[in-house]
Amino acid sequence: MATLTLSGSWKSRKNALPGFGLSLGFTLFYLSIIVLIPLAALIIRPWELGFDGFVHAVTQPRVLAALKLSFGAAAIAAAVNTIFGLMVAWALTRYRFPAKRLIDALVDLPFALPTSVAGIALCTLYAQNGWIGELLAPLGIKVAYTPLGVVVALIFIGLPFVVRTLQPVLAEFGREPEEAAATLGAGRLQTFRRVVFPSLAPALITGGALAFARAVGEYGSVIFIAGNLPMKSEIAPLLIIIKLEQFDYAGAAAIGVVMLGASFLILLALNALQVWTAGRR
Amino acid sequence: MSLVIDSVTKRFRTGSTPALQGVSLTAPQGAFVALLGPSGSGKTTLLRILGGLDFADTGSVRFADVNWLAVPARERKAGFVFQHYALFRHMTVAKNIAFGLEVRPRSLRPSKADIADRVKELLALVQLEGLGDRYPSQLSGGQRQRVALARALAIEPRMLLLDEPFGALDAKVRKELRGWLRALHDKMGITTVFVTHDQEEAFAVADLVAVMNQGRIEQYGQPETVKRTPNTPFVQDFIGAGAA
Amino acid sequence: MRGATDDHPLARWALTAVTIAFVVLFLLLPLITVFSAALEKGFEVAWDTLGDPDTVSAIELTAITALIAVPMNTVFGVAAAWTVSKYDFRGKSILTSFIDLPFSVSPVISGLIYVLIFGLQGWLGPWLREHDIKIIFALPGIVLATMFVTFPFVARELIPLMNDQGRDEEEAAMSLGASGWQTFFRVTLPSIKWGLLYGVLLCNARAMGEFGAVSVVSGHIRGQTNTMPLHVEVLYNDYQFVAAFAVASVLALLALVTLTLKSFLEWRYADEIAAVHRH
Repeated sequence: MATLTLSGSWKSRKNALPGFGLSLGFTLFYLSIIVLIPLAALIIRPWELGFDGFVHAVTQPRVLAALKLSFGAAAIAAAVNTIFGLMVAWALTRYRFPAKRLIDALVDLPFALPTSVAGIALCTLYAQNGWIGELLAPLGIKVAYTPLGVVVALIFIGLPFVVRTLQPVLAEFGREPEEAAATLGAGRLQTFRRVVFPSLAPALITGGALAFARAVGEYGSVIFIAGNLPMKSEIAPLLIIIKLEQFDYAGAAAIGVVMLGASFLILLALNALQVWTAGRR
Repeated sequence: MSLVIDSVTKRFRTGSTPALQGVSLTAPQGAFVALLGPSGSGKTTLLRILGGLDFADTGSVRFADVNWLAVPARERKAGFVFQHYALFRHMTVAKNIAFGLEVRPRSLRPSKADIADRVKELLALVQLEGLGDRYPSQLSGGQRQRVALARALAIEPRMLLLDEPFGALDAKVRKELRGWLRALHDKMGITTVFVTHDQEEAFAVADLVAVMNQGRIEQYGQPETVKRTPNTPFVQDFIGAGAA
Repeated sequence: MRGATDDHPLARWALTAVTIAFVVLFLLLPLITVFSAALEKGFEVAWDTLGDPDTVSAIELTAITALIAVPMNTVFGVAAAWTVSKYDFRGKSILTSFIDLPFSVSPVISGLIYVLIFGLQGWLGPWLREHDIKIIFALPGIVLATMFVTFPFVARELIPLMNDQGRDEEEAAMSLGASGWQTFFRVTLPSIKWGLLYGVLLCNARAMGEFGAVSVVSGHIRGQTNTMPLHVEVLYNDYQFVAAFAVASVLALLALVTLTLKSFLEWRYADEIAAVHRH
């Protein structure tokens, strides 16, 4: 019977399954090489401009305009998606109607479709001579090559985030609270407002936050329909690329840092809001 | 080849109450020992330490003339039967039982034919002949537990460790299985350590019972002795609660 | 008599109509546009454009990139999920947050970070130029950027699944004498195979379809550093609409196949893929 007497260090090991060192080591190594070190490069690079240089770089009018467009359009698109996403999730969870399976499957499309494909499709669709552009032209509404086009593209991108976050929550919700409200005399709208909606609020905020985060950095689906006129319809990611082409690495990195930082803060705030609404019950 | 546990302590997080506070006991070779106590008493922790699935902070264990805690789990040949069976869900019953033999290093591995024979033998032993090709999901709880036991026995263990093996089964099946387990133990003579919170069960099957509470052994001895002369108020309470 | 928790028929009708209209308008129409624009001049013409040498190179480059990035991220995903689910250690939630990071980073920034390291004015730029090694504007850069954006897919799929499955079976295997590798291959891998497949499917879809990140590192050199999504942009900007939409159709078909397989796996193997569905 082979017996091994190992040194005392073995006794202090906390994990019974073997391979801890190897698997953690490999995981950390790969994570560092692919994610952590490159992101560190992003955070460090702008500082070669010095603090003043950094602030100057990101407060240029063109940069500010681009950031405003990216964040603003993302916010509007996320808001639209939150409202309509709730309706879509509600209908998909609670109702039966023809082609429901198809509609449900379609919701995942933006996840799977390459962004440049979506980009050229949306641009073609909303151009003056596109199927929808044609219908809107007489009304004087221009979508392609305007900020409105950016919003439309971001709605496309963000819808699944809201719907897919809400669906499981709705499915799990169960009828009992609503039945209780009904027995107490509440009408459907009242029940929705007072019983259902407060429970959905956290998930709604999460879904909206995810849609927003995705939309802020979106490039491929937007770049074709946007128009890309500096100060008017130029999104922040495009500005980053332009700066790279001009070899202004530090400037590009500065915009990147601001985008990441602002997104991070907004998400933190939304997360806090979500926790607050969830805890109020 | 007796089992000697000496002053074993274990703390899960620094600063919190220790799971085990200086636990000691001795049992002769081939004994059937029950670790009895409420949840949180440390009985499962002690069992897992004996099996090599957890580690003691201080203390020692000697078994088979060996510094037991220094032997890695996969070399201890301590058959472990889990509370929720832990059967390999994607393998048939036969493959589950054969597992311990199939993973042996080449030099010690029996031939395919030998493994198949052994599996048949064990299926007969646990009274599950003919069910070798079924999957765990197709078996009842009692049947799964017997497969888990057969699997542990396949490796010819020197020590058998059972963690509330009948906990998830209904009363009638529990009674049947524990009688059957005791008979099996008597036949094979393996040193067995058995964790339970059911004092009726402990007293019915074990040679020696350790009543545990909050990481300490409050009393250790033969079932009759413990029942007749409880040492501490806790033991009295715990036994009394079930005896009525 | 309608049930106490059924909505008013008018509400139901309206919501259903809005749902269908919204989804059709924003999701279905663009999809149809891709195919109809490709087939504007007929199937033959569209098919011929796919034979163009630059297009063929783009297809090849997309395939090679996926063939490198996906397996590597799969190995990582399995290792990370194993580490997080089978061991106890401090900093687990920090680790999983870091693994999730690429999900919250804009695609353009995902490419930017590699330019900052390997680009002409990047940290390693001068050294690379000295040794005539090309990372940016070449395959390695494209692969790296793709690996970054598809980094979390397999791990995110496997971590909740393996956490859910627990350690009992692995501990049982160990008590029966199996080594770490034996335990992994014989016990763990069979239990996670559907979740793994699901994660690989999503990872691959993203790897083949990534545009923004690859756009930054590729240099758009025709016939050399254009993947299919990039080539779509090149053709479109060249006003070669039929060709652009033809390539786009191929990508759209790939997306539809991915969605079909995804739905199938979710329907058939619901228990054996992630306990929590997160995108």
